[in-house]
Amino acid sequence: MPEIMYREAVRDAIAEEMRRDERVFVMGEDVAIYGGAYGATQGLMDEFGEERVRDTAISELAIAGAATGAAMCGMRPVAEIMYVDFMTLAMDQFVNQAAKNRYMFGGKTTVPMVLRTEGGAGRCIAAHHSQSLESWFTHAPGVFVVMPATPYDAKGLLKTCIRDDNPILFIEHKMLYKEKGEVPDEEYLIPLGEAAVRREGGDVTLVGYSRMARRAEEAGEALAADGVDAEVIDIRCLKPLDIDCILDSVRKTGRLVVCSEGYQENNFVCEIVTKVQQFAFDYLDAPIERVCSANCPVPMSPVLENEAVPTSEKIVAAAKRTLARNV
Amino acid sequence: MAKTKRKRKAPAGKKAAKKGGGKASRTKAKPSGAKKTPKKAAPKGARKRLTKQDRIGLLRRMMEIRGFEDKVFELLARNVLKGASHVSAGQEAVPVGACSAITDRDYITSTHRGHGHCLALGGDLKLMMAELCGKATGYCKGRGGSMHIADVASRNLGATGIVGGNLPVATGAGLAIKMQGETGVCLCFFGDGAANEGAFHESLNMAGKWQLPVIYICENNQYGMSVSVKRACADTDICGRGRIYAMKVAKVDGQRVLEVRDAVLEAAERARTGGGPTLIEAVTYRYRGHSRSDPRAYRTKEEEEYWQARDPILLFREDLLDDGTLTEEAFNRLQVEVDEAVAAAETFAVEESPYPDPSEVLDDVYCGWIETEKGLVRTDTKG
Repeated sequence: MPEIMYREAVRDAIAEEMRRDERVFVMGEDVAIYGGAYGATQGLMDEFGEERVRDTAISELAIAGAATGAAMCGMRPVAEIMYVDFMTLAMDQFVNQAAKNRYMFGGKTTVPMVLRTEGGAGRCIAAHHSQSLESWFTHAPGVFVVMPATPYDAKGLLKTCIRDDNPILFIEHKMLYKEKGEVPDEEYLIPLGEAAVRREGGDVTLVGYSRMARRAEEAGEALAADGVDAEVIDIRCLKPLDIDCILDSVRKTGRLVVCSEGYQENNFVCEIVTKVQQFAFDYLDAPIERVCSANCPVPMSPVLENEAVPTSEKIVAAAKRTLARNV
Repeated sequence: MAKTKRKRKAPAGKKAAKKGGGKASRTKAKPSGAKKTPKKAAPKGARKRLTKQDRIGLLRRMMEIRGFEDKVFELLARNVLKGASHVSAGQEAVPVGACSAITDRDYITSTHRGHGHCLALGGDLKLMMAELCGKATGYCKGRGGSMHIADVASRNLGATGIVGGNLPVATGAGLAIKMQGETGVCLCFFGDGAANEGAFHESLNMAGKWQLPVIYICENNQYGMSVSVKRACADTDICGRGRIYAMKVAKVDGQRVLEVRDAVLEAAERARTGGGPTLIEAVTYRYRGHSRSDPRAYRTKEEEEYWQARDPILLFREDLLDDGTLTEEAFNRLQVEVDEAVAAAETFAVEESPYPDPSEVLDDVYCGWIETEKGLVRTDTKG
């Protein structure tokens, strides 16, 4: 099976959907001539032209809002916000207009738009270019939040998102763009709301998404070397969340570590913790652990950045803490 | 892509505007064999000829809006209506004039003070009142209320509670129209307050750069909430701001319904023929406060009296009496009909319409999914 980069998978998903449906178009900062700050839209302008691959001014509010309006009028925009940190500038249009219009208008409209963005630390580019802000958007009824960890998932999920009629925030990870993975040539779609079990095991459940799903896999391997059999789940979609996959796993292992690159406080993974203790309380053999970024703006210095963000070692340590406790 | 079928009913007496917008003067039919006169674009300020019925229709619609808004204010005072309601009494000429100049293939976006926009587009008094009352029979099934009325099927893309919130949405509608190769326009209502939001500048820059078919119409009623245009704006020339965004601008007397109509006709013709967006500033006045709890301490009695004398309904009524379109008796009959229609809307909304079923509170948050205790589950079978 061919291997392609995550960013190529993103580009291919968009290109295939644009070939399939003339209503799909791309808009954002530096997406056309430059091909995207991280190369995810490279080549699209050459194939589809400037009408359908539009460079905008630096206007995040207008980008998100025009996507909302165009989506309500029959188009299927795939708009880009270059860094998730800049979603703050697009917030009102995405959270107050796109997210709410269907409901407020009595279900009599849809807003079929995808807002692509990327986040994550690892490049020492500090607090305004390294965040993981997905938790904010899971707190907005009306929008979905999708965060693929592999090229395969990126392509299959993005295609599904473009065909879906909900407004969707599709958050890529800047450190995953060059990662290679197997992606078939034949068309495939991944449904929303389905987690992927990356590793089966019986001792402890590790749940993560995006880069943290990869870290959780690494942690699973390290734990195996220590005789601990971890089950690793990549949720892929924060919303809709495949809570049943997690509950089934916890009923088997009795122990849970949730992982996210967002700040620890009020992180989205707390929602998972709440649901697990609510629906699988009697199966828990230890308190649930969370491994998240430190509650500070992402620092620039590599030593500080490494300290602030979660690593696979921290996940291993958290898993061992759940095992140290005997019922 | 599938075109939306026309569903909107025209208000009584109004003829649907012709395709391609109005022309200044009708070319007289020439005998066969004569040379064809080249078509002229509408000169600024020229009146497209409306029939008697058309003009009475415009007056009627303004009176309906006034009656509706006064009734809303009364129902708020009696605590029959809950929640916020921002009435637009005094501003009727702007939406009525503007909406009379567009067709049913065009879109509008509205504001928190948008009852007049919806009605001017052909909205139903009963369905609107029901929505304000939070009833299941309302335009939005009681979910949106006064500030979020929409009728997307009739190309009313909705109102927003966020000042300036629909400027980018309207820009997107213009983008869709252009990309679809259509000749429609999007009429974007907003107020003087919104002209200072970032959304205004980002939207106009985008529309000007891409020459989108959007007509941005500022209802300059000279106050945000309590802060006047003079106290808020570094430069009070709002329509002038359009010049830096590569679009044509126009400033009109917002109390003159035909002046507003003409400006929008011209802007629509421009947009339809590839001439890009327009920014229109319509100077008007809201007779009541921002909302029901506003005692209007920030305005003088003299100022309010000046604008009461410039009531758009009275001004147009005078014109129609002067030119023989209307008689006093006919006007009084019209007022009776309007009063009856407003009363019927109140009865429908307050007495006859049920509230929505509380069990439906989570419906339509998403497309194809619904929230349950454990989380989101699919409601459709789409893979």
